[in-house]
Amino acid sequence: MGVLTVPDLRNKKIDTLLTDYPFAETFLVNNGIDPEKFRDSSMEDYFRQLDPEHMEDHAIDPDHLLTQFADFVNQMLSFLGEDNKIVESITILPGHDKSGNPENFTEFVIRKNEIVSIVGPTGSGKSRLLGDIEWAAQNDTPTGRSILINKKTPDKKWRYSSSEKLVAQLSQNMNFVMDLSVFEFLELHAESRMITDRETVIKRIIKEANNLAGEKFDPDTPITALSGGQSRALMIADTAILSRSPIILIDEIENAGIDRKKALKLLLAEEKIVLMATHDPVLALMGNRRIVIKNGGIDKVIETTEEEKEILSEIEELDRKVQNMREKLRNGEKLTSE
Amino acid sequence: MNLVTVSGPPSVGKTSVILKTIVSLKERKLKVGVVKFDCLFTDDDILYEKAGVMVQKGLSGGLCPDHYFVSNIEEVTQWGLDNKFDILISESAGLCNRCSPYIKDIKAVCVIDNLSGIGTPKKIGPMLKSADIVIITKGDIVSQAEREVFASRVHSVNPGATILHVNGLTGQGSFELSTLLYDKDEDITTLKGKTLRFSMPAALCSYCLGETRIGESYQMGNVRKIDLGKREI
Repeated sequence: MGVLTVPDLRNKKIDTLLTDYPFAETFLVNNGIDPEKFRDSSMEDYFRQLDPEHMEDHAIDPDHLLTQFADFVNQMLSFLGEDNKIVESITILPGHDKSGNPENFTEFVIRKNEIVSIVGPTGSGKSRLLGDIEWAAQNDTPTGRSILINKKTPDKKWRYSSSEKLVAQLSQNMNFVMDLSVFEFLELHAESRMITDRETVIKRIIKEANNLAGEKFDPDTPITALSGGQSRALMIADTAILSRSPIILIDEIENAGIDRKKALKLLLAEEKIVLMATHDPVLALMGNRRIVIKNGGIDKVIETTEEEKEILSEIEELDRKVQNMREKLRNGEKLTSE
Repeated sequence: MNLVTVSGPPSVGKTSVILKTIVSLKERKLKVGVVKFDCLFTDDDILYEKAGVMVQKGLSGGLCPDHYFVSNIEEVTQWGLDNKFDILISESAGLCNRCSPYIKDIKAVCVIDNLSGIGTPKKIGPMLKSADIVIITKGDIVSQAEREVFASRVHSVNPGATILHVNGLTGQGSFELSTLLYDKDEDITTLKGKTLRFSMPAALCSYCLGETRIGESYQMGNVRKIDLGKREI
C-alpha cells in the first residue's frame, strides 16, 4: 500500500477505507462521523448530504478534514509499518554548563537494561538534561549537548511525533484522574497503542502491578480509589509494558506500599533504559553509574564502588525491616524487638 | 515581525507557558511583546510586566471575546510594529469551545491540559482542530498512561499538528516550544486582507441587543430551539 492521497479518500467508499485501514475508525468517530451509518457512502457523499447549517455549527471544513484524514492514515501506516526498531543505546555528547565551561567527559553511553542515577541539587540542571534527551538535542539547546540513538544522529520523529516519545516519566506527584476502573483504563491505553490482543496484555499488567503492591486490587477497582502504593504499582507496570518510550525517567519513588527493587527489575525486563533522579540511597546506588550535575552541566560520572554496593545491601536490609514493620502494623500485629 | 496567536480554554496555563517560553526567546536576544485578550477581568498583564515584557490588554466586556479579538488584531499588530518587536504573541481564551481566532498563514498555538478529560479533544472545535501546534500542560500531575491516551486523542482530531508537552511551572518543554515559534524569514507588516481559518459562530438575536426578558414573544432574529422530542399532551 502506497501513500494515501486526498482524492482517494474523497471518492472511495468508507467501507473500503475501513477494510484497508481499520484504524481509520478512530479518526472518523473522533470527528463525529458514524462509520456504520455511512458504510456505503464515500466521504464526498457524506459531505454532500450534510446540511450547510450543520457544517457551520460543527465547524466542519471538508478540505481541511480530508487533508487531516490523509495525514492520519499515512502517519499510522508508517507507525505500524515500523518493525519495532529497538533503541539499543543512547549517547550523550558533551556541551557546556551555565557559565560556558565545557563538560568534563568525551561521551556517555547508556544501553538498554541499564539503570543510571542522576544526582545534584534542585535547579542544577537535571530537567534540562532530560529535556535534551527527550528533544534529541543536536547542539541546538541551551547546553549545546548532542544526543545519539544507536550511535547515530536520531530521526526527527522523536521530536515531533505524538505517538513516539523517547522518554516516559514516572514521578511522585502523579495521580490518576480518570473516572474509570483499572480494566477500562488499561483498555483505553492499549487501544491508543493499537494493541490487538488487549485482554492478555491487561491481565499481565494487573498481575505485575499486584506483584509490586503490598495490597492486591481487582480489575474492577476504580483507579481513583487505589491507594498510593497501588497507584504507583499500576503506573509502573503499565509504563513498563504498554508505553512505547524506550527510556523511563523515574523522579523519586516513594518507599511506601511498593517493592521498588522489583519495580526496577520489571522495567529492565521490558528492555527499558532507566534514568533515576533521586537522592534516596537505596535507589541511587542501584544504578551502576551516576551522573553528577552541577551548575547546569554534567560535572562527573561516578561508578558505583564495591564499598557502596556493600552499603547498599546494608540499607536494603534496613529497608526490608521497615517494610516488614509496616506490613505488621497494617495487619494489626504488635512489633517486637527481634 | 512574527505574530503568533495562542488560545485555549480558561485556566489551562496559557500565561505560564508563554512566560516560560519568552525566557528562551529573550535568551536569543529577540524582542517580545504580548497582547492579552480576555472577557471581564485579567491581571495577567501584571505578570508580563513583572517579567519585563511589554504588554497590552483588551477586555471584551459585553461583546463576544473572539469577535472582539478579530476586530482588534490589526491595530494590535500595528502597535507591535511601532514597538519594533521581533515577535508578538496574542493570548486569548476560547470560551465557547468552538471559536477559532486563528488567521490563515499566522502561526496558531492551542493550549489544553491533561486534566480536562479525554473527551475534551473531541469537544473542542477549530481552536484545537486547526491549530499548528498543540501544547498539552499539567503532565506532571497525571500518569504516563493518561498523558499518552490524551495525546493520542489530540492526534486523532488534529493529525497535522506538532504536539508538545510543556510544564508551565518548571518550564520543561518551553525551550523546545520557543524553537517552533520564531522564524527569522517571516515578516508580517499587516493583517489586512488575511482571513480567519474558520468562520465564527453567528449570533444576532434580541438577547445580543440587550433583551433580558424570557419567553418566546421576546425572542427575535437568529433564534434556535432545543429538540426535546415530541411533547405528549
